[in-house]
Amino acid sequence: MQAANLFLLTLVLVLVAYGLGYARSRSLAMPLGGIRHLKSLPFYYGARAALWCGIPALIVLGLWAAFQGKVIQLLVVGSLPPDMMPQSEGAASLLLSKISNVASGALSPEFAGPEVVEAADLLVTLREQSRWYMTTLVVAVAVLAGFLGWVRIQPRLNARVQVETTLKWIFFACAALAILTTVGIIFSVFFETVRFFGKISFVEFFFGTHWSPQTALRADQVAAEGAFGMIPLFTGTLLISAIAMVVAVPVGLLSAIYLSEYANKKVRGIVKPLLEMLAGIPTVVYGFFAALTVAPFISNFAASLGIDASSQSALAAGGVMGIMIIPFVSSLSDDVINAVPQTLRDGSLALGATQSETMKKVIFPAALPGIMGGILLAVSRAIGETMIVVMAAGLAANLTANPLESVTTVTVQIVTLLTGDQEFDSAKTLAAFALGAMLFLATLILNVFALHIVRKYREQYE
Amino acid sequence: MTQAEIVRQSLKRRYRKERRFRAYGIAAIAIALAALVILFTDIVGKGHTAFIKTTLTMEVTLDGEMMYLDDASDPRQLKNADFVEPLIQALMREIPGATESNRAQVRDLINPYASNQLRDALKDNPDLLGTTQTMTFLSHTNVDVYVKHAGDDAYSIKLNEQQRQWVDHLVESGVVQNSFNDVLFSRGDSRDPSRAGILGAIVGSLLTMIVTLLLSFPIGVAAAIYLEEFAPQNRLTDFIEVNINNLAAVPSIIFGLLGLAVFINLFGMPRSVPVVGGLVLTLMTLPTIIISSRAAIKSVPPSIREAAEGMGASKMQVVLHHVLPLAMPGMLTGSIIGMAQALGETAPLLLIGMVAFIVDVPDGFLDSATVLPVQVFLWAGSPELAFIERASAAIMVLLTFLISMNALAIFMRKRLERRW
Repeated sequence: MQAANLFLLTLVLVLVAYGLGYARSRSLAMPLGGIRHLKSLPFYYGARAALWCGIPALIVLGLWAAFQGKVIQLLVVGSLPPDMMPQSEGAASLLLSKISNVASGALSPEFAGPEVVEAADLLVTLREQSRWYMTTLVVAVAVLAGFLGWVRIQPRLNARVQVETTLKWIFFACAALAILTTVGIIFSVFFETVRFFGKISFVEFFFGTHWSPQTALRADQVAAEGAFGMIPLFTGTLLISAIAMVVAVPVGLLSAIYLSEYANKKVRGIVKPLLEMLAGIPTVVYGFFAALTVAPFISNFAASLGIDASSQSALAAGGVMGIMIIPFVSSLSDDVINAVPQTLRDGSLALGATQSETMKKVIFPAALPGIMGGILLAVSRAIGETMIVVMAAGLAANLTANPLESVTTVTVQIVTLLTGDQEFDSAKTLAAFALGAMLFLATLILNVFALHIVRKYREQYE
Repeated sequence: MTQAEIVRQSLKRRYRKERRFRAYGIAAIAIALAALVILFTDIVGKGHTAFIKTTLTMEVTLDGEMMYLDDASDPRQLKNADFVEPLIQALMREIPGATESNRAQVRDLINPYASNQLRDALKDNPDLLGTTQTMTFLSHTNVDVYVKHAGDDAYSIKLNEQQRQWVDHLVESGVVQNSFNDVLFSRGDSRDPSRAGILGAIVGSLLTMIVTLLLSFPIGVAAAIYLEEFAPQNRLTDFIEVNINNLAAVPSIIFGLLGLAVFINLFGMPRSVPVVGGLVLTLMTLPTIIISSRAAIKSVPPSIREAAEGMGASKMQVVLHHVLPLAMPGMLTGSIIGMAQALGETAPLLLIGMVAFIVDVPDGFLDSATVLPVQVFLWAGSPELAFIERASAAIMVLLTFLISMNALAIFMRKRLERRW
């Protein structure tokens, strides 16, 4: 049975267990004189039986479904004759996809060696067997555990406390998933990064000024040695983020000031949702706009002025990214400006200052730390932004500060290195993970720092 | 000069500054709104023509001899028969002055897949052989581009002078017609722009969103309940909170790396399937849902809890029977917004292989699929403007979904959320 169907079957068993538990508690209470002689309501006895039935079965199902693919792969590769054993991970994945293509019928067996056909047959049988074992095991666990839960029902058992404690632990597990996700990110990204630094030296990666990750596929191939200096990517990312900030910070900040200090309720009611709409537009749409409308416009405009501009200029990607970040800056600044106590405002106005003087000389300095925190969050947003730069910025790693030239960013390189054909243990793919690690670290530091500033600022006025 | 006079003299300048400052604010808002308007007009302007298809309506004589077919119920004969010839003959009859020497040029007006349509018609009804039928076929993409964008310099028209004259004539005689492009909504991707549709991407998005919703909503709500109601004040709780806040700000592409390393490489799950996409998007949207659900729980007044506790309810009963139903509208609103974000997300899905070229509409959670934003990305990278046109149309569909989801969230917030 497929995992999804099995899941549904388990849910049915859980419902049955609930019904049986409920009924048993009632029938046990009958001779005592009604359910008031039970320690808990019948619902809790049913729920207890259901939890006994469901939890172990679902854990078994989840583990089996998660690991069956990998285990089958290992068994299939292990069954191959020794001379066919793949030497590298890349060859292994190539062989595996060949085998599974033969197994699924996508590749005719005539085009594959007899060993591969045999392995494909084994794959099909193992998959079939795995499904059978999984179904039997999950159903057996559900029935057995459900029975155990059911048979232990007694009028004196405090089922409610047990059910509530279990639920609490389930809730805790859901909350702890956040830790698990972070651990998962750290392990997946940093593990590969360590392997990357086994191949490429720290110094080359952090201080190299040349990035061209194309490595030779075969040992005898004449190709450029891959160069993995991240400086051009780093400066490219900074250049595009800086352009984005030049657009987003003044526009976002001034519109937030206008909306919170000058605009009446009606204007605010219309303009604010419209600004928030900018934040709701998917980044791929901004990328489309940047690549197909803004970039050609900029290069044509520059050409008409006699300036040479790349068709994938940093200006197009950065400018459009700035538009995307406007609502982010504006809503954060709005919060911060509104958090400045009214007394400061009133005091300044009472002394005869105009509204703009109050804003510039009293409120803005008071709100500055908070605004800085907001801007840092926006910067972290900009350096992690992917789709706009993938579509509108270039691939060439130029070390330049000219916004009309094409630059590339960390996120662009991660996407280009990891989409399409890949060999898993090459320096090229590992480099993507190393870049991911740098990106994660940089945004993490920015976020922690920015949130710290914002929080400290809030406390100041509370 | 007295102090009052100095102040009075400076007033004019100060008021001017005041007005200028106000104008800056208005200008900033105008820039932001102008960007929004330009973005929308640009996309609608580029994409509205994609909702129109160009067809050829002709009288096709299904002559068995011409098609090398004498029994249409025989699948082997159907496989080898010539279905292009009747189409060429039918179209040549509609074009005055077209001779056998022009047949290659005439053929180039017909969609390469039109012959499949003819074959399918004969397969369904073998009795049509030998009759003359009025049938409607898709035109060639080049005809479609010419009819829709003849005056537009951006499009390169790949028809020669002779073919253009013919098409102009056919438009007048009503053979070439424009109608609503149902192909766009009933097919998957294709190498031929006139046959490319977004149904595959829409279904892929739907499947991915179902996985995301089924996982992220219960887990998010449970986590929020734990953190708001049960979590003791200790290091572990603080650590969980720090993690959630940071995950909310981690770039989405990092979740793609996580999905690639854990779900695909470690667990050996297949690439480009909705389940893996859904799992990655779940991890990405969870922080959003947890944060908004916690805000919803916080907004339930303590009096409700105290009243329930006073009636002898246990802590869990207080939460599940009283707090949760009252917080539900707020949680749902937050989840809809989280789902809208997930629906528009592209970057992490690129890394788990959802960028493959997939023609078939996916029919399950473990079937290779692509999603709407990725389809936009794929088409936007094409050098053919006919695909760019369709990418804009796909964006319009995507934005329609997103705007309705956000409108629903706003509506729910206004209608269902109780103010205490």
